[in-house]
Amino acid sequence: MNAPPARARLFAGQPAAPGLVLGRVVQLANGARTSAPGPAGSERELVQAVAEAASQLRDLMTRCAAEARKILEFQVEFLSDPVLLEPAQEAIATGTDASTAWRAVIDVHIADFEASTDDYFRHRSGDLRDMRARVLALLAGDDIGPLRLPERAILLADDLEPSRFLATPWGTNHAIALRGGSPTAHVALLARARRVPMVVGVGDVAVHGECTAIVDGSKGTLVLEPDEDQVAGFARTRARLAATQIDEAAAAVRPARTASGERVDVLLNIASLGELAAIDPAICDGIGLVRTELLFAQGPPDEESQLAYYERILRWAGARPVIVRTLDAGGDKPMPGVTIDGEGNPFLGVRGVRLSFAAPDLFKVQLRALLRAAAAGNLRVLVPMITAAEEVQRVRALLAQAAAELAARGVPHAMPPLGIMIEVPAAALALDTFAVDFASIGSNDLLQYTMAAARDNPAVTPLTDPRHPGFVRLLQTIVQSAAARTLPLSLCGDLAAQPEHIPLLLSAGLRTLSMPAAAVGAVKRAIAAWPAGGGD
Amino acid sequence: MAHGQVLLLHAAGLHARPVVTLTKLAKTFASRIHIANDVQGPWIDAKSVVKVMSMKTPANSRLFFRAEGTDADAAVAALVTLVNNDFLGGPE
Repeated sequence: MNAPPARARLFAGQPAAPGLVLGRVVQLANGARTSAPGPAGSERELVQAVAEAASQLRDLMTRCAAEARKILEFQVEFLSDPVLLEPAQEAIATGTDASTAWRAVIDVHIADFEASTDDYFRHRSGDLRDMRARVLALLAGDDIGPLRLPERAILLADDLEPSRFLATPWGTNHAIALRGGSPTAHVALLARARRVPMVVGVGDVAVHGECTAIVDGSKGTLVLEPDEDQVAGFARTRARLAATQIDEAAAAVRPARTASGERVDVLLNIASLGELAAIDPAICDGIGLVRTELLFAQGPPDEESQLAYYERILRWAGARPVIVRTLDAGGDKPMPGVTIDGEGNPFLGVRGVRLSFAAPDLFKVQLRALLRAAAAGNLRVLVPMITAAEEVQRVRALLAQAAAELAARGVPHAMPPLGIMIEVPAAALALDTFAVDFASIGSNDLLQYTMAAARDNPAVTPLTDPRHPGFVRLLQTIVQSAAARTLPLSLCGDLAAQPEHIPLLLSAGLRTLSMPAAAVGAVKRAIAAWPAGGGD
Repeated sequence: MAHGQVLLLHAAGLHARPVVTLTKLAKTFASRIHIANDVQGPWIDAKSVVKVMSMKTPANSRLFFRAEGTDADAAVAALVTLVNNDFLGGPE
């Protein structure tokens, strides 16, 4: 009997782990392990099941990578906390069976996390569901074993427990599609680390009988019953992705060189400490931009807190330079209690260093913390939105005052090199008039100010083209002006993260670029390909 | 009784892994140790993963510690240092 011609169905979810797999759909029946309420169980039964669950997880930990071990360790510690079962013991004493009592206890915590407005806490409910399932299975006498998937398989499930993911032997032709889930859930983090393509939140997908599917973990899509064109497209994309990934990963850890062998310094843009843990320090020559806006998100932090923050980044970077930008609020980054509300045109108003001058007490705290951090490592201070030479003098005077205050307190400190962001066209054209130690081009603002086209207004976006001869000439002018006085110059805007614009930046003469870590591999490849036909 | 406070900068807040590290460190001390998000309390047993996790402390919050016992000063100092070092160097 022939089935009617298959109709491709596309389900758009969220990308959770990149990669592309075509395979047969294998369904995991969620909730099948939910047992019927047993007899009024003894308290000891539940205590034993929870202890056994912790012991199974400890055993699984010995076979896992460090990151996975930490996820499992949370479950082990949670299950081992004597506080956890206190409410259940009471329920059992009054005649409730062990499964129902366990469910009542753990569901309170699940509901508590799910109600959180914070994504990190909301998605920890997945770990609690994992514990719930394991203990319920043990109480029912079942075993949560690893999944055994055939070659080229796509696992379709409502959700997947992290411990089950870890117990399963994954192959390069396996992928996961979850009806629910989240890209920040632990199982998504594990899938990324283990390189199992995964898409989450595909919604109510029903599959009956044999079915092939394509998971695109980069796009976040699931295609059921793909047609011939889609299968052919899959094969082409997979081959290209595989080649690109290998090249980019290899390029990322090598120093950047142009095709003619010229060295280019690749620095990182950092917005929070959390990013650093996931970055291999070998991919960069230093940190070209530490944004400090997130640090101020919950109100201005005190000097000690700021110092601790800067020192942690310096420790990560070792001897390499760390360029910290002073608070850059205003414009498209309003900050409650700091920025001025109701300005007619915030991009042309009190933002960046102009705001720091308007709130000198706030600025001085940051300068003192930076002076103290400069005594601990290779720190440089970058000031945003500088327009006039006098502003640099004013920053230097404030730095000198802050240093004198620290000296009076007997606190160790050092005067860091001082640099400016080049965002204002007038500053770009008069770079020679600024008494600074280095400069960094903020290409996002410089471009929008030069083109008189806001970057957040889609109607004028086509005008913000960096290939405009006016912008190219401005870049060349900045590079020549810096070279004439051997002023170190870098570029830290979005342009440096876009491989297609790397030839433009290198042709203009730039040799130091700062970008988000995720862009490093692709950008280093673009650097190596420039100039076209150069090198051997 | 020893007291201490520290600003939590860890990007994800006091979530699963930092809680495990913190409670494990707390358990290495004999003192009774409590943690709070506010100097007024409520004060939570710093050795209980279940309870500290339930605080759901976001990043950029201030954490308060207090400890009573023979090693109270060392306990508070160690916990403050742990948070300041972004939870690196805690017990394995």
